[in-house]
This record gives sequence, C-alpha cells and structure tokens, in this order.
Amino acid sequence: MATFRMTVDGKRVSVNAEPEMPLLYALRNDLGLNNPHFGCGLAQCGACTVHLDGEPVRSCVLPVSAASGKRVTTIKGLGTPKKPHPLQAAYVEEQVPQCGYCVNGWIMTAAAVLKKNPKASDAELRDALSGLKCRCGTHVSILRAIKRAQQSMA
Amino acid sequence: MNAPTSRREFLQASGALVVSGFIPLAEAAVPLSPGRQNLVPTELDSWIAVLPSGRVQAFFGKMDMGQSLEPAIAQIVADELDVAFERVDVLMGDTGTSCNQGGASGSTGIQQGAKPLRNAAAEARRLLVERAAKELGIPETQLSVSDGVVSGGGKSVTYAKLIGGKRFNRQVEWNKQTGNAMDIKVQAKPKAPSDYKVVGKSFARRDVAWKVYGTGDYVTDLRLPGMLHARVIRPPRAACKVQGVDEASVKGIPGVRVFRERDFVAVLAPREWDAVRAAQALKVDWQGPDNAFPEMAKLHDYIRSAKAVKRAEPVKVGDTAAAFKQPGVRIVEAEYEWPFQSHACMGPACAVAEVKRDSCTVWSGSQKPHFVRDGVASLLGMPQEKVRTIWVTGPGSYGRNDAGDAALEAAYLAKAVGKPVRVQGMRADGTAWDPKGPASLHSARAAIDASGRVVAYEFLAKGFSRQHIATNESKPADSLIGQALGIEAKPTWIFGAPEESYTFENKLLAWETIAPLAENYSPLRTAHLRDPVGPELHFASESFMDELAAAAGEDPVAFRLKYLSNPRHAAVVKAVAEKANWKPRTSPSKSGKGRGLAFAERNGTSVAAVAEVEVDRATGRVWARRFFIAHDCGLIINPMGLRQTIEGNVVQGTSRALLEEVRFDRDTVKSVDWASYPILEMPDAPESIEIVLIDRPELAPSGAGEPSIRVIPSALANAVYDATGVRMRKAPLSPERVKAALGAT
Repeated sequence: MATFRMTVDGKRVSVNAEPEMPLLYALRNDLGLNNPHFGCGLAQCGACTVHLDGEPVRSCVLPVSAASGKRVTTIKGLGTPKKPHPLQAAYVEEQVPQCGYCVNGWIMTAAAVLKKNPKASDAELRDALSGLKCRCGTHVSILRAIKRAQQSMA
Repeated sequence: MNAPTSRREFLQASGALVVSGFIPLAEAAVPLSPGRQNLVPTELDSWIAVLPSGRVQAFFGKMDMGQSLEPAIAQIVADELDVAFERVDVLMGDTGTSCNQGGASGSTGIQQGAKPLRNAAAEARRLLVERAAKELGIPETQLSVSDGVVSGGGKSVTYAKLIGGKRFNRQVEWNKQTGNAMDIKVQAKPKAPSDYKVVGKSFARRDVAWKVYGTGDYVTDLRLPGMLHARVIRPPRAACKVQGVDEASVKGIPGVRVFRERDFVAVLAPREWDAVRAAQALKVDWQGPDNAFPEMAKLHDYIRSAKAVKRAEPVKVGDTAAAFKQPGVRIVEAEYEWPFQSHACMGPACAVAEVKRDSCTVWSGSQKPHFVRDGVASLLGMPQEKVRTIWVTGPGSYGRNDAGDAALEAAYLAKAVGKPVRVQGMRADGTAWDPKGPASLHSARAAIDASGRVVAYEFLAKGFSRQHIATNESKPADSLIGQALGIEAKPTWIFGAPEESYTFENKLLAWETIAPLAENYSPLRTAHLRDPVGPELHFASESFMDELAAAAGEDPVAFRLKYLSNPRHAAVVKAVAEKANWKPRTSPSKSGKGRGLAFAERNGTSVAAVAEVEVDRATGRVWARRFFIAHDCGLIINPMGLRQTIEGNVVQGTSRALLEEVRFDRDTVKSVDWASYPILEMPDAPESIEIVLIDRPELAPSGAGEPSIRVIPSALANAVYDATGVRMRKAPLSPERVKAALGAT
C-alpha cells in the first residue's frame, strides 16, 4: 500500500492503495465517485473512461500509481446540469442514453476529440469513436448529439 | 424539456435506504407502510397515491430500462387523472411498492402493464370529483378538473387538499391474474382516446439527465455500511463439480474470506480490489465431463441430427404433403442457421443484498424483481413477505440475462456471512456465463405452380429451447447458484413460429426443440434474449420469402403484398416501400449496393424494414448504411420514445445479424469478452434510420420494445443478396463468412 495524491474533478485527494490497483476502484470506492463504470476491466468498452490531464484513459486498466500527481476529470467534473458541457446538453436534448451505462466512454472520448478537432467530420468521428461499446444500440443518436454539440460550440 | 427527476429523489421516494445520508422522504411512505410486502391488487391504494404536495405516485410492477416506458405510464396516468405530466412519478419494480405485474416481459409494458394503472387513475379521479362535490357543495356534473384542481360554480379544491397523504381505502376488482395479465376493474370509465391531451405527445425521459451528468446511482453504485464485496468463481467448463479449494492460494490478500458450499464458490473482502484479486488467485480443483459440447463448426449438423424432445405445429392450413406432390409444381427449399448469442450487457450483473434476522432486501437490476423475490425466498427458506426486491437500473437488460443470478448469489452470501454483500461479475461472467439465445436451424420448403403461385409452404424451426432455464428467477433451479447447490434445472420445451398472415392455401409452421448440451451449470444454457427467437425465425422465414419472390420472378414488395391478408400488415409494407422510394426489381442488382425488405408481426405490432447495404467484396464487410422502418403498434403514447426504441432495436439487430456468435470449444464457451464476442461499433453504425410511425388512436396499443428487431436480420440478408446475388443463409453475416461466400461465386 502506498499513498497517491491527485486532483479529481478539481479537488485535491489522496488514495491509499496498491500501486497496481486500477484507478477505477480508487475513484469509485475510495473517493465515492460512482459515475465511471466497470464494464469489462479490459479497456475494451469505455464505460470507465475519465480524462487524465485532459486525455481520455480507461480507468479500469490504468494503475492508480500512473495517476499520481495528475489531474483526473470524470463526467461529473466535465459539466453539471447548471454548467453543462455542450455534449452533455446535446445528449439530454437528443435523449441519447437508454440504459446509459456506456455514457462515460462516448462523452469523455468525444469531448477530447472535439477539443482537438471541433469540426471533425462524420467519418473522423466514427473512426475516433471506434472501440467504444453501446449495447442498447444508440449509435445513431450519439452521432446526432455530437453534431448538435459541434453546432453549439461553433 | 421537462425538469428531470433525479435518481436520488426516486430512490428516496421508493424507500431505498442505500447510501449513508439517504433518508426516505416522509411523505413518500404515506400510502404504504415502509417496505410493506405483498401488496394486494384489490386495493386502489396499491396502484396510486396523491401526496400532500399534490404529486401523484403511480406504483408500477414493471420497469423502464431506457425505452421510455416510465414517461409513457406517467402520460397515461396524467390523462386519466387530469394532472400535468410533470406531477406524476412512476415508482417501478419494487416489491415493497408495487404488485407483481411480471416485470419487463414480452414488450407488454404498455400493452398489458398500463391497463391497471389507467383504470386506477380513472377511479381515483372519479372518487376525487365525488369528494370535491361534497366539499364544495356543487354537483359533480358542474365540476371540471385541470391539473389536479377541481373547480365549478366559482369554487375550487385541489387533489392535495382532498386526499393528499391519505389512503383512498377503495376496493377494486382484481382479475386474479399475477404477472403480465394482472388487471383491475373499477367503477370509473377510462377516457376515450379522443379526449387524450398528454398521451400521443413526446415527453422526455426523466432518467436521461442523471445518466449524462453522472449524478445518480445504478445498481452497481449502491453501498451499505459494513458491506463485503464478493466475486463468484465460475468453473472452467460446463457441469463441473468442486473437488477442493486451496484457501492458502489467497492467504496474502487482506480480509479475504472464501465461501464454499457444494459446487458454489465465492470470495468476499471488505475492499473490492481485494475480492477481484482473490477471485483471480483462488485455486479451485474442478472436475467436469470432457466434450460436453459438439465441435462449434458442426453445431448445426448436431442440431439437425439431434432427437427432438418436443414438436408443435402452431399453424396448419390445408394439406401441404398432398400439395407438394401435385404434378408440375416447382419445389424451392432452403435451410438457415442461427448461432448462440449472448446478452453481453454493457456491464456484468451486480446485486446488493442485506439479511437482517428473518428478512432480506435485495437490490437488483433484474427485470423481474417480483420473481427474484420469490427465488430468494425459496433459496433462503424465508416466507416471500420477508423478502423485498428493489429494482435499480443496471447495465442494460434485454431479457433473462445474468442479473438474476447475481441477485440470488448476493442474498445467499449475505445470509451466510451475516453482512451486506455486493456481488458483481467480471466481464466473462456477463459474456461467457449469461444465459444464451438458442442456436437453431430453420428449414423452409415451398411449391410454386406453373402460374408462379405458391401452393404449399412448410417451415420448421429446430433448436435448443428458448427456456432451458425459465424466463424469471422465481425458482432457484433456474439460477447458477441453485444448480451449484444441487437443485436441478427443469427445462421447458418451447421454440416458436414466424408471425405473418401470408395466405398460402396449404401451410404448415412447426417447431421442434432438442435437449440442452449440458443440463446443469452450463455456459450454453438458453433463455429469453430480446424478442426471444424472433430474429432467428424471421431471418429464415423472410429470407425465404425473398427467395420465393426471386423464384417466382416477382418483386419482393409486390410478392409479399399479394399474399398478405391482414390490412395492417399490408399497410406497413406499403408504407416502408414508399418511404424508401422502393424500385421494383425481380433480380438482384449485384452492384455491391443493395436493398432488402422484411416484414413481420409481433403480438399485434406490425413492422416492415428496408435495409440498404454496401458490401465490400475484398473484405466481406457489410455496412448497413440506411434503414427505413414502418411501425404500427396501435395507439402511440410517446412518439419520441418510440422512435428511440426502434432505433435501438435496429442497431442491436444489425449487430446480432452481422457480427454476433458465441464461440465455444468441446468443453466450454470461448466468448469471454468484447474481443471474442464483438458487437457493432461506431464505424459500422448506420448513417440514418428513417421511421414511419403509423398511429392508430382507435386501436389499443401493442408492444414496441422488441418487434422491430425481428425484421432486421432478414432485411440485411435480402439486401446482401441484392448487392451480390449471393444468399447468406447462416448468421451472423460476418466479414469472413461473406468474403468466403463471395469468393465461392
């Protein structure tokens, strides 16, 4: 066990854990941030996605030690109902999620994509979002929401 | 957009004390004592309550897993009661607050589930107006209601004032049915559809915002004080027995406890990561039979030659045997194969359970919480009224998935260790060990006479039962823990037949089921997966209709219309053809791009689809680029929710048709994650799904949760035929399979 300090959603926190424990367990169990979800534990689905210094990472495989001294942002820190990220606002407008368990992967990944490439084309978006899963099959409305967010950000 | 009701408020209102600091709202408990069990359907108070604030609670024994059932029920209640939509909360799937309406089942949420709620709301309105008349001294005939305010003769009184926080104490007549068919009769007469103001309009779901802002709780997020995290150890192959457990193998992990009873093994620890590590490290000596499964490549040969344990002939018209022997007829026949498929929900199942002395509470994502209650009671040897199951939204639910297994396991462990227990699976538990949609083989045969008319048609489905384990968890025998503890599964033999109205003068639709490959504790146990056996049956039957149209030299749309006898069936086919701007054709374009049609009914709902595909000859990739759907489910309650639900069906159906196949070797399932069980990803998502909703306000609503998935596989296969001239008769139409088929031409 060792102590790891980091900033999560703007707050400085510390976690006592084995260095190899995935960040996801620290966020959920030690810090009580339930929003990143366990989907696969294999970095194959995206349900656990958070930003590490602004880059999307799969917290189910990232050792907590690798987040030490870094800035972690979860979907809760990305925006709030009062100050939503444009993607969150668009997701609500388009009523995208069904079960919604996959939402972190799509929104956190798309937020990073749009930051680098606000005018990403349909083909670029499809490519950048490959590797994420949605079992309810909301893909078409996900794309609608991202395009809506692109317009509101333009 | 409507103000979202946060998940937190919802959980509070349902009395679920789940996270420290949660206190149930005092007013929420008014109509029912907290946690009261076995509500009686014969009391109006079991269905509806008006709170002191004027909010209305509707107690629903089914639940919304994201397909807009919650707003639809609120709309129906709002209209009958004459209150605003925003005033109605629907409390769902909690055995402590709702009667057993069967949970999510067969797309009956509106079709059957809304009926008692509608009747209850109408009766509540009648009683409130009656009471208002007395209170105001104005005759009922001079009173009107607007958003819960009864007015007339210059006076008014609110529902809240009339009854807020108090019981109606009104008996209603229950139809003595439990489950989907539960209904009540009341003195009030529900409104005519022409009087609806809320039903028929689009209202947003109240569970979207908290999912998008990460501010609410899934079943995976519930924590109780002193709770232990558990992982259940699944065997390496089917039908294994435990010979021994080496507890020393997890010795170094803090606080870990190994639990074993017969063939049920689990690890528990105060920290989740320790439970995960322990589950990976624990050495268990398993002994199981070799070669319980056939070779995967020969699965359909196995099904073909296996003995049928049950046969049924649900449709028998005329004499097909004689008709096939008529001189001069041309015989067309084909066989279609469908694989085992996994629910593969976004996350493996999770449940939390707490046992206190002689009672138990289970929080579960199972879509049939009332049956989970019964199963837990049976497993724990407790009276049903001592068990409460609270549905909390989970990582997706499309049938009898792994959720119920986790619920029974959590309850059993909680009782055994005397602490609250949270069970969650790892990915393989959700993919390899969930109940599977059955693999099947479908043979179709038809006789066409000299004029091109179909004079005989036979269709036989043969496969594993869709209910090797039951559709719900009310009997421990149907769960993995029950079987591990030695309670043997008792399969129900059932499959199904295509649903259509084709008027072939001689017609035989039959099915046969075969025995499971391993009876107990099998990763190929079969149960209901969204639209149970619908996609597979209609993959075959509607592909074959296309083959018949081609054989008869007719256009697929015109050919179907010639034989459809039900006007609602013909209407969806015509509507989709019009929307797609269908160009009649009697032979495939073979241009690499193609369009395919499929049609089916499901329990009163009619759907037709046109799929437009692009086939890459070099890679075998099929891109389902566009879809056109025509959908008739009678009266439409919430058009926006209906469209989203259809879209989900189309994409999930595309995934199942093009990619999904459970892999296995002679001993066990080898699909254990998303790499070994790929589903559709964004690069393959359709560009557009254009939907025609046929609203029939004069006709009772039928279901929409599943019907549109059943036409997708055949629409795609028929489109691939148009694009390439090649018939794909084996699902999934994976790139390898399509490439091989194209290479062979």
